[in-house]
Amino acid sequence: MTGTAVDLIWLAPALALAGFVLNGTLALWRPNAKVAVTVIGVGVLVGAFAVAGAVVSAFAGLHAEAPVVQQYWSWMPVGTLQVDVALQVDQLSAVMVLVVTGVGSLIHLFSVGYMKADAGYARYFAYLNLFIFFMLVLVLGANFPLMFVGWEGVGLCSYLLIGFWFNEKVNADAGKKAFIVNRIGDFGFLVAMFIIFWATGSLDFREVFSRAPTLLATGGGAVTAITLFLFLGCTGKSAQIPLYTWLPDAMQGPTPVSALIHAATMVTAGVYLVARCNILFALAPISGAVVAGVGALTALFAATIALKQWDIKRVLAYSTISQLGYMFVGVGTGAMAAGVFHLVTHAFFKALLFLGSGSVIYAMHHAYHATHSHEDAQDMRNMGGLRRHMPWTAALMWIATLAIAGVPPLSGFFSKDEILAAAFTRGTVQPAWYAFWGLGLAAALLTAFYMTRLMIYTFHGPSRTGADAEAHLHEAPWIMTAPLVVLGLLSIAGGMLNVPELWSGHAWLHHWLEPVTAAGAALLPEAHVSTGMEWTLVAIAVAVAVTGIVGAWRLLKPEALAPARSAPAERGLAKVLRNKWYVDELYDFFVVQPLLWLSREVLWKYVDQRAVDGAGVNGAARGARALGWLGSRLQTGQVGVYVTVFVVGVLLILWRVAP
Amino acid sequence: MLLEPALVISAVLFTLGVAGVLLRRNAIVIFMCVELMLNAVNLTFVALAQRLGVGGQVFVFFVMAVAAAEAAVGLAIILAVYRHKQTVNLQNINILKG
Repeated sequence: MTGTAVDLIWLAPALALAGFVLNGTLALWRPNAKVAVTVIGVGVLVGAFAVAGAVVSAFAGLHAEAPVVQQYWSWMPVGTLQVDVALQVDQLSAVMVLVVTGVGSLIHLFSVGYMKADAGYARYFAYLNLFIFFMLVLVLGANFPLMFVGWEGVGLCSYLLIGFWFNEKVNADAGKKAFIVNRIGDFGFLVAMFIIFWATGSLDFREVFSRAPTLLATGGGAVTAITLFLFLGCTGKSAQIPLYTWLPDAMQGPTPVSALIHAATMVTAGVYLVARCNILFALAPISGAVVAGVGALTALFAATIALKQWDIKRVLAYSTISQLGYMFVGVGTGAMAAGVFHLVTHAFFKALLFLGSGSVIYAMHHAYHATHSHEDAQDMRNMGGLRRHMPWTAALMWIATLAIAGVPPLSGFFSKDEILAAAFTRGTVQPAWYAFWGLGLAAALLTAFYMTRLMIYTFHGPSRTGADAEAHLHEAPWIMTAPLVVLGLLSIAGGMLNVPELWSGHAWLHHWLEPVTAAGAALLPEAHVSTGMEWTLVAIAVAVAVTGIVGAWRLLKPEALAPARSAPAERGLAKVLRNKWYVDELYDFFVVQPLLWLSREVLWKYVDQRAVDGAGVNGAARGARALGWLGSRLQTGQVGVYVTVFVVGVLLILWRVAP
Repeated sequence: MLLEPALVISAVLFTLGVAGVLLRRNAIVIFMCVELMLNAVNLTFVALAQRLGVGGQVFVFFVMAVAAAEAAVGLAIILAVYRHKQTVNLQNINILKG
């Protein structure tokens, strides 16, 4: 207890949980009390944001080098395993709490307009509040098990919200896929926790991280296993190769959910986990290279798929996977601040992009609804020229596009450039990182290209919506546009958080995070590049971004595009990209179908029906009946037999017992 | 005084009773054999009382009282069974089998 506002940190998750309980109650008994649901759902989030702001400013006032841990009660006191319910405020969790509650508030506000006409309005806000609760537990938990509770909880909420419109099987299937793929990652997290406890004797963050340098040998088997298993968890939650396939399907949920859970907050949990355990990753150079390598590969791979998607949300989904790859390049390189910086700026501009696409889908949906058309409201081939009807959305999404492409001085430029520069710098001592830098640069080119493609096809060129539907297109209500404006401002100015010293800035976020990252950074190899080289890197990055944008602008002809209904099928490489490199089909053939066959033909028909049901359950019953039949043969009904047995028994007793 | 012959007689009586219970089929006869066994025990009690004190003689009265009660109940049951099945042959009374 510090005697400052930091002590109030419990209030933030408590508010979100209260919102869930109240909205959940309303969802069960008064699903149409939309005003009450709105006030509670958005109110608790704004309240949580206010609490977070007060806590973080009080924490900044403490100038604490060590985390402030608030212990509430003992949760698992089992011998040497002591797990408390405790919340930890430090520089890293402060950043995360502000992002989660801040961006969360804006998205809640947007949802008020987006979900207005939905029958499940109360249920939606109940789930959304529950998600914020678990997300806060995840980022504030002071030990691995408590963090794992949040980790699983956000996975549950993700499942519930992806399958929010569960009447359609495809949505329910997408939710199931997300949940099951995440289970694979969670297995890694669990195994990592077991090894951590076995190797260090604790699961508390402070104790594990302070003991790690002495107990775990650098590059040793234990710490490498811990970090690789942790990273397996990250690949599930943060949608990296090989477990990324659930995220594009997760777009079946409502668009604000995609913005909040599948772009801004939950999927960045893996990045947070690596940054939190930076000292463990610094002790395991192999794992660091794996993290950065997988991140770089994912960044490029997902970007190639995004090139040929037509569903506006799928493009953004693959873009999210790609940007998460960047973050992992950052944290894998050891540039924790750069990774977290990109996490923050990405939360701004990707939330803006998703909410903007939500506005577009909202407008398209209403236009098609008004004209009783059954066209796909999310297919970019049915859009075009929307800037004439939705100037605000178009302008704001252009800001976000330039930010994600890395055009200076928008937020994405600073964060992405810092990651690429860090990878290049590490390359001077470990040449493998040159490859990661190259992959990242290629992905940056594609990012600029596919985002410009999205904008051109959606907002420019002639309209492909259909003449009568076009008349119904208009800007979304202000309650949806206002959050977009705020996010737009943040996307522009977010880079100010961490202007590098190269640009005569103060690298504020970098210094802010130093108490968390210093111990890990000290273990990494020293590497420097000259100022001239840094400027060259910046120039290359900007040139790549501009090439991508201009290239897309020149190459793509929205005039030549046909609406989805009459579009010709792709051929060659375009078809492969359109079908996402057939990864889903490969997984289906090599993993899902064998597993289904094993379950159905072996586990069900033999193990369950024959062994468990047959030999086990029915066998026990048959055995008991046979024994009973034997016993019943003794009961002849003949008194003479009973008496004989009785006499023989007495004689035996007299003979053996009484001497 | 004549302890040994008394014990021998009671043993013979008891064995006859057991054999009767085991071998006879008629419920009345079996009942009489049970009485035979009881009285064999009574004889033992009385015979040993002369050496071990009057407690044995007192016990004989208890056994007689109980045997009288048992005779009343037992004969009533046999009568009831006869009314029901028109026989007291135990081989025909076997509905209690499992």
